[in-house]
Amino acid sequence: MELEKPVLEDGFVAFVKQDCPTCTLIEPVLSQMVEIGILKTVFSQDNPEFPSLKVTEDDSDLELSFKYEIETVPTLLKVSEGKEIGRIIGWLKDEWEIFCEVKNLGPEDIGDFSPGCGSRSVDPDLQPMLRQKYGSGLGSKIIEFASSEDEFESMYKLGWSDGLPLVPPTESRILKMLEGTSRSPDEVVALIPPNLEDLTVEKIAINSVMAGCKPEYLPIVITALEAVCTDEFNMHGLLATTMPVGPVLFVNGPIRNEIGMNSGMNLLGQGTRANSTIGRALQLTIRNVGGGRPGEVDRATHGSPAKIGLCFAEDEEGSPWPSFSEDLGFTSDQNTITVFSGEGPRVIVDQLSRSADELARSLAIGLIGNMHPKLVLGFDSILIIGPEHASRFRDEGWSKQKVNEAIITHSIRETDLLIRGADGIAEGLPPDFAGLQLPKLRPDGGLLIVYGGGGAGLFSTSIAGWLNGAKGSQYLTKEIGK
Amino acid sequence: MNTKVYDPTSEHLPSAVARPDRLVSLQGATIGLLDISKPRGDIFLNTLESLLTEAGATIKRFVKPTFTKPAPVDLRHEIATQCDAVIEALAD
Repeated sequence: MELEKPVLEDGFVAFVKQDCPTCTLIEPVLSQMVEIGILKTVFSQDNPEFPSLKVTEDDSDLELSFKYEIETVPTLLKVSEGKEIGRIIGWLKDEWEIFCEVKNLGPEDIGDFSPGCGSRSVDPDLQPMLRQKYGSGLGSKIIEFASSEDEFESMYKLGWSDGLPLVPPTESRILKMLEGTSRSPDEVVALIPPNLEDLTVEKIAINSVMAGCKPEYLPIVITALEAVCTDEFNMHGLLATTMPVGPVLFVNGPIRNEIGMNSGMNLLGQGTRANSTIGRALQLTIRNVGGGRPGEVDRATHGSPAKIGLCFAEDEEGSPWPSFSEDLGFTSDQNTITVFSGEGPRVIVDQLSRSADELARSLAIGLIGNMHPKLVLGFDSILIIGPEHASRFRDEGWSKQKVNEAIITHSIRETDLLIRGADGIAEGLPPDFAGLQLPKLRPDGGLLIVYGGGGAGLFSTSIAGWLNGAKGSQYLTKEIGK
Repeated sequence: MNTKVYDPTSEHLPSAVARPDRLVSLQGATIGLLDISKPRGDIFLNTLESLLTEAGATIKRFVKPTFTKPAPVDLRHEIATQCDAVIEALAD
């Protein structure tokens, strides 16, 4: 991005700082150039009294130094018609005399050569502030790849990637991405686990660029990150667990269609940019800003391809029921994101049930297999009911609530069959659970029914959750901001 | 032209913390045993408690509220101020 630079007076313009021995060395040279009328301005970076010349101007806020990209002091610019037409740095007597077209520049005793010092405007500690104030508004470090480097390979080497190629987060792409939100780039939206780092809108935008998001996806990514960085969601635990789980996201509200999310055929699969990149942006942010990397805090035994990023939308238009977010009290024109700690999707096949009750029983037995058939109540589940399955319920006038209750009721089992050692299987419930009847899923919110999928196929899909509630992770739904 | 990109990682540099000195002897030392609330962690820690007590150590037992979350700050502080060393039973 080309910075808008203040116009300079025609002639020569110098940038200096008193802290630089070369700048103090050449003070007589600058004085001589003022006397003969060719040096129009000296911008001083650290002391407006230095050098003591009538043309000295204060640049201690470094605005001019930054905008003219001064890297070394002294720097001497040649200006014509308000524009820079050349520059030299440091002190090299011959070079200065040729550049200024003046012979015998400076006294004899200052020598012919003295290298300059670093400009204060490139001080790494000041650069973020200067970029925010006078530049792009971005505060992150800039990394420049050499022309001989392949930037895609370099980004892999820097450890930024989830294994797939990244879109290079250039300034123009990041600024474009930030147009997707009304929030300020330096706003801290959360402390991001596991390292509990400040998570700014800017860092989310950078990672969203790398993930392949469009600017209009950014508010969803921001809200999703706000949701997963809560104590209830417990992103730290989700990383640290050896189980194959990650944040699963689904979207409700008009934004689904506005950004082209897929809630129909292959909604969990490849091929839709929004579905494929929103979850990835979240996971890249966790990796890069939070420090949640596989093999480090992420201790998953097997992991899951869903951990690259899993995001989909509910098919509200096709659904026979109110949407998931409407069930929670949101209106149909509110955009929401639900975050759920879950593993990869798993299909439940039932091509034979013709009645609602038959299908509810069938889906229940399908869900019993989640995580382990002998473990109950500890794991919630998303159930994405496909259109052909939903029609069984719709045809008999079943509400979603009725479907939910029926599935949970049909998942009730005798705990004598589930305790440790039962059926010759050590895994199971502790012995003191014997003699009870318990459902697979907790009745108070353990089953999240979402409608979606292609028009053909007598299937539904479950996404099994990690340990639920206060002991593990509580899913939550949040309105998407602007 | 060279490609310039912006750093997607945190701007903070990690700070290094020196490890405490190793215990010279268990005799008279206070050893914390932290159960993270995983199944059968207690069995492992009970065995350790017997062995360490035989070696002359004083044992203090601690329990994390849930294995899925980092130990609360107060618990970490309690362990750090009361114990010379801590052993954490990680898993079942």
